[in-house]
Amino acid sequence: MKILVGYKRVVDYNVRIQVKPDGTGVVTDGVKLSANPFDDIALEEALRLREKGVAEEVIVVGIGPADLTAHLRNGLAMGANRAIHVVTAEAMQPLTAARTFQKLIEKEQPGLVILGKQAIDDDANQTGQMLAALWDRPQATFASKVEIADGKATVTREVDAGLETIEVELPAVITSDLRLNEPRFIKLPDIMKAKSKPIDVIEFASLGIDSGDHLKTTHYAAPPKRSKGVMVKDAAELVAALKQKGLL
Amino acid sequence: MSKILVIAEHLDGKLNSSTARAVSAAAAVKPEAIDVLVLADNVDAIAADAAKIDGVSRVLTVARAENAHPLAAVLAPQIAKAADGYSHVFVPSTTFGKDVAPRAAALLGVAQLSDVMSVEGTHTFKRPIYAGNAIVTVEAEPSHVVVATIRTASWPAAASGANNAPIEALTLDVTLPSHTRFVELKQGASDRPDLQSASKVVSGGRGVGSKENFDIIFKFADKIGAAVGASRAAVDAGYVPSDLQVGQTGKIIAPELYMAIGISGAIQHLTGIKDAGTIVAINKDGEAPIFEVADFGLVGDLFKILPELEAALG
Ligand SMILES: Cc1cc2nc3c(=O)[nH]c(=O)nc-3n(C[C@H](O)[C@H](O)[C@H](O)COP(=O)(O)OP(=O)(O)OC[C@H]3O[C@@H](n4cnc5c(N)ncnc54)[C@H](O)[C@@H]3O)c2cc1C
Ligand SMILES: Nc1ncnc2c1ncn2[C@@H]1O[C@H](COP(=O)(O)O)[C@@H](O)[C@H]1O
Repeated sequence: MKILVGYKRVVDYNVRIQVKPDGTGVVTDGVKLSANPFDDIALEEALRLREKGVAEEVIVVGIGPADLTAHLRNGLAMGANRAIHVVTAEAMQPLTAARTFQKLIEKEQPGLVILGKQAIDDDANQTGQMLAALWDRPQATFASKVEIADGKATVTREVDAGLETIEVELPAVITSDLRLNEPRFIKLPDIMKAKSKPIDVIEFASLGIDSGDHLKTTHYAAPPKRSKGVMVKDAAELVAALKQKGLL
Repeated sequence: MSKILVIAEHLDGKLNSSTARAVSAAAAVKPEAIDVLVLADNVDAIAADAAKIDGVSRVLTVARAENAHPLAAVLAPQIAKAADGYSHVFVPSTTFGKDVAPRAAALLGVAQLSDVMSVEGTHTFKRPIYAGNAIVTVEAEPSHVVVATIRTASWPAAASGANNAPIEALTLDVTLPSHTRFVELKQGASDRPDLQSASKVVSGGRGVGSKENFDIIFKFADKIGAAVGASRAAVDAGYVPSDLQVGQTGKIIAPELYMAIGISGAIQHLTGIKDAGTIVAINKDGEAPIFEVADFGLVGDLFKILPELEAALG
């Protein structure tokens, strides 16, 4: 079985993002970029499934600009067998990303696709669900545990009410939640090895995809700031302050 | 004119208050009609609750055994079908809505808006990105149905009681897949207030130190009638179950009072509490970033302060 993994590059989660004063976007110049944390988790899960013998091949997919190569090499250094780079200069909305994955699925025929539950830049949380719909296959989102046997995946999902378990027939789309696993660190020799692993480069324009970008972002603004409050000196003062506001 | 279909969220035969929040957002569009769609096995009690929400024009029900559990693969085709004739489909931005709405949108061939926090016009909305560090204005194309999830913390629940909307059974001609099956739901059994709708929340972080120590948080929460939440670090360390996580990738909440105890205040945590009325921080590190957003801050050891707070409450 092949596993396709979404491997998006995003602004690193430690960066405190700034909105440009003219409201046309956020400042990304000189800002640290990293793999979407959920995609590292997705990749780790795929690698573990390969190590267990459930899968033979793990393919990382990045949709983005020409300079994505170094990022994809990180995925290869972590252990993916190969990478697919769909080249586009445009930022992509989830529906178009899902249509892109669908094209790759037609070609690669994977038994499983693992994406992150959300990309921490757009915070959309959509691509996996959309892909599953377009592919007409099951989805198991927000996964915190995955077991695969007999052509089925049994997936525990982190939902608001607690932990839900569902069973889905393969092929299927799984999206990773934070507690699915702890991604491994990349070791130096693996970086060397990754240099010889193949990266297929596909021009987005050659896929003949209808853009699903029906949403236009017209303005960016900084969020309203909460003002710094007061420091109280002890428990009694805190209780008095909260009582005065009618909160206790 | 706009016509909005709101998808009801429910559990154990009860309507979730997230539905009334999505109705509030729908009302802000000033539509001609707001219909609520109830997909369930037993629809009656849920539909009766939905019919009472102010502003609801009609409640549409689809009672099918397959709808017993909220499986997106099963619900999405029904939503896509039922969406016919509507200008907007609104779903609460809870794990339920986040799971099902994109699937329904893709079946309709349209993009989806996530986490709508304000309505600026029939096709103009605001939503947060980058863990709430930027707010974008998004325009949707009027020629397409708008499928959106509604950020529940941004909207009050529409009032309930005065309305008595008609309830109509809907027959949808869709074949449902059998490739996805519900196995079980392990609910965090608790008689404490629900984290997502509670007016007071007491959260503990890594500073609490252990699962056993977390009792001190539960005890204090019970004393003031609060729900209990946690940071990711506390959940990861196994102090409490995952459904208590507050933040970018946990629950986004807006209680009147939020108390962060032994929580440093990482941006991913803060994005979950931005809309809280009053934030209280208790942390032994006076430099902790949580104090930058706290209305009331108290520097000290939580194991000393919590008993003192309880004593001060009498
Ligand atoms: C993709 C991604 C998503 C994330 N999503 C979330 C999310 O949804 N929610 C979330 O919370 N985090 C999330 N995080 C994690 C986040 O970045 C922080 O790591 C986390 O919030 C830290 O939790 P904490 O404040 O409990 O722990 P720490 O940062 O370790 O802080 C513990 C605090 O406790 C204090 N303390 C220790 N002992 C005591 C004592 N005896 N008395 C008083 N104070 C004490 C310390 O001074 C310290 O400030 C996410 C991270 C990533 C990368
Ligand atoms: N441009 C992209 N390149 C690679 N993977 C992507 C891309 N966009 C979305 N994905 C995948 O889809 C997941 C969810 O993204 P989103 O729906 O944007 O929150 C991400 O975690 C990735 O796994």
